[in-house]
Amino acid sequence: MSSTTLDRRADQRRRDFGRMLRRDFSMYRSLYALAIPGLAFFLIFHYGPMYGALIAFKNFSPRLGILGSPWAGFTHFTDFFGSYFFWRLVRNTIALNLLNLIWGFPAPIILALLLNEVRHKRFKQTIQTVSYLPHFISMVVICGMILEFTSSRGVVNDFLAALGFDRINLLSRPEYFRTVYVTTEIWQQIGWGSIIYLAALSGIDTQLYDAADIDGAGRFRKVISVTLPGIAPTIVVLLILRMGRMMSIGFEKIFLLYSPVIYETADVIQTFVYRKGLLESNYSFSTAVGLFNSVANLILITAANALSRRVNESSLW
Amino acid sequence: MKRAGNYLFDTLNYLLLIFLGIATFYPFLHVVFASLSLPDRLNAVSGLLLGPQGFSLQGYRLTFQYPSIATGYANTIFYVVVGTAANVFFTGLLAYVLASKAYWKRLMMIVVVITMFFDGGLIPRFLLVRSLGLLNTRLAIILPTLISVWNLIIMRTFFMSIPDSLEESARIDGAEPAAIFFRIIVPLSKPVIAVMVLYYGVAHWNSWFAAMIFLSDRRLFPLQLFLRELLIQNQFRGDLATGLDSYEGSSRDVNEDILKSAFIVVSTLPILCLYPFLQRYFIKGVMIGALKG
Repeated sequence: MSSTTLDRRADQRRRDFGRMLRRDFSMYRSLYALAIPGLAFFLIFHYGPMYGALIAFKNFSPRLGILGSPWAGFTHFTDFFGSYFFWRLVRNTIALNLLNLIWGFPAPIILALLLNEVRHKRFKQTIQTVSYLPHFISMVVICGMILEFTSSRGVVNDFLAALGFDRINLLSRPEYFRTVYVTTEIWQQIGWGSIIYLAALSGIDTQLYDAADIDGAGRFRKVISVTLPGIAPTIVVLLILRMGRMMSIGFEKIFLLYSPVIYETADVIQTFVYRKGLLESNYSFSTAVGLFNSVANLILITAANALSRRVNESSLW
Repeated sequence: MKRAGNYLFDTLNYLLLIFLGIATFYPFLHVVFASLSLPDRLNAVSGLLLGPQGFSLQGYRLTFQYPSIATGYANTIFYVVVGTAANVFFTGLLAYVLASKAYWKRLMMIVVVITMFFDGGLIPRFLLVRSLGLLNTRLAIILPTLISVWNLIIMRTFFMSIPDSLEESARIDGAEPAAIFFRIIVPLSKPVIAVMVLYYGVAHWNSWFAAMIFLSDRRLFPLQLFLRELLIQNQFRGDLATGLDSYEGSSRDVNEDILKSAFIVVSTLPILCLYPFLQRYFIKGVMIGALKG
């Protein structure tokens, strides 16, 4: 076949495709009209800030506007990478998320496994209902309670004092912030996180348990050899997705719990952006810092998604 | 032997779960007990509270006398009702188009999904809201979070599961997409609409950060911002400060604890009353979302 016929065919196909698009558009015109408000929202409130992030490369002045402000190149980025805060912020952001992953990720799985072994239905439901509760309470209230309980007169200190320790306000000491953060995070998330695993558990073939019985497996053995492998795919996907959000979670809670005396361990990139940008009106610099975080997130999420697709043929979307 | 092992397994399991249940629930119980206690008696107790120490409604009296609590409640109810209605309406419309067979919806889907991967950041968002003239208006709380991508995907997944044949006959009769949406799709989608109302509603009830950065007029503050002043920042304004000082007996610290506890109870009660209902629908949402598109 000569190349000209190939070209002509490709040409024809392109024209057909163009015609199809146009026909589709006119056929569904009144349907597409319904999407206008929603799309306008995404363009204004999501793509608008993406465009606005341009000021990270400028010396933004509100008077001159985004386009009119003079270019600054990468100076805000190099300032940030060279500053004392850079390593502290990156270290804290990663440390809090990593600790939270190590301790917080297995917790809901363990809860789901324990609940799965309960045959008393009413008891199981009660525990489940109770465990979801913290998920519905506002972050302000949760953090108010944490501050109250960890204060030097609080319940936690009552126990520490009974064990012979000195009373200390836990959230005024940098060395305790991570422990408080991760422990309370488990308290908040354990129940809610277990739902998805319980759903996966209900999908395990009961014949597998019967077979294990015949082989003489005990209860514990069955959990390890049948139940856990049964939910392994779910665990892998959730683990990957969670790693994709490695640098983006926890901002509101940290913001409500931290104070200047514990910035050393508690200050993360997003809280820093808030202070520099909104309290000190250092718009361009803080946008640059935020952009650094967004780009890091983008890389993590994309990598996680690609990995998830390869492992389990399922991805974020 | 095997039976004994079984017995041990069950006992340990139940004990562990009971411990977990108590550990999760106790903090809330503690707050309720503290809110009803007498300051002196509360101060004397160290460790867990097994019930209110004495009985006093002073914390609640102060809470209800504080004018901001009424302002906060009224504003929060406004944001929840109007915000949620707008959220569900516009999420539904877009989800319906995205669930259709039309070709251009692919491009729309890409436009939407990109926003899950990349975010312009806090400062550009703030500057945008400011340049739109929305600072210090109620719209600043409602518009910037009009559609959540996760909720959009949940609704779209649900719409895609509705059999085409139902719409087909209406289309043959010449009905417009808007008419099909409102007359056929909406009545069939009550379960997912309920899930959306609760997701968006609870999010509005608990939201505070947007209000903190976009609002400076106290008359527009939602309840959560007033709560933040008290619980996190320890700011006791006007009547509240004098009320705390004149409070019978005990130190100011303990009085503050009781007041804070009463505030938490008053602001969380609506969520707790709806809780049995909420959790059922929330789980339904997780399940629809888990199936994905």
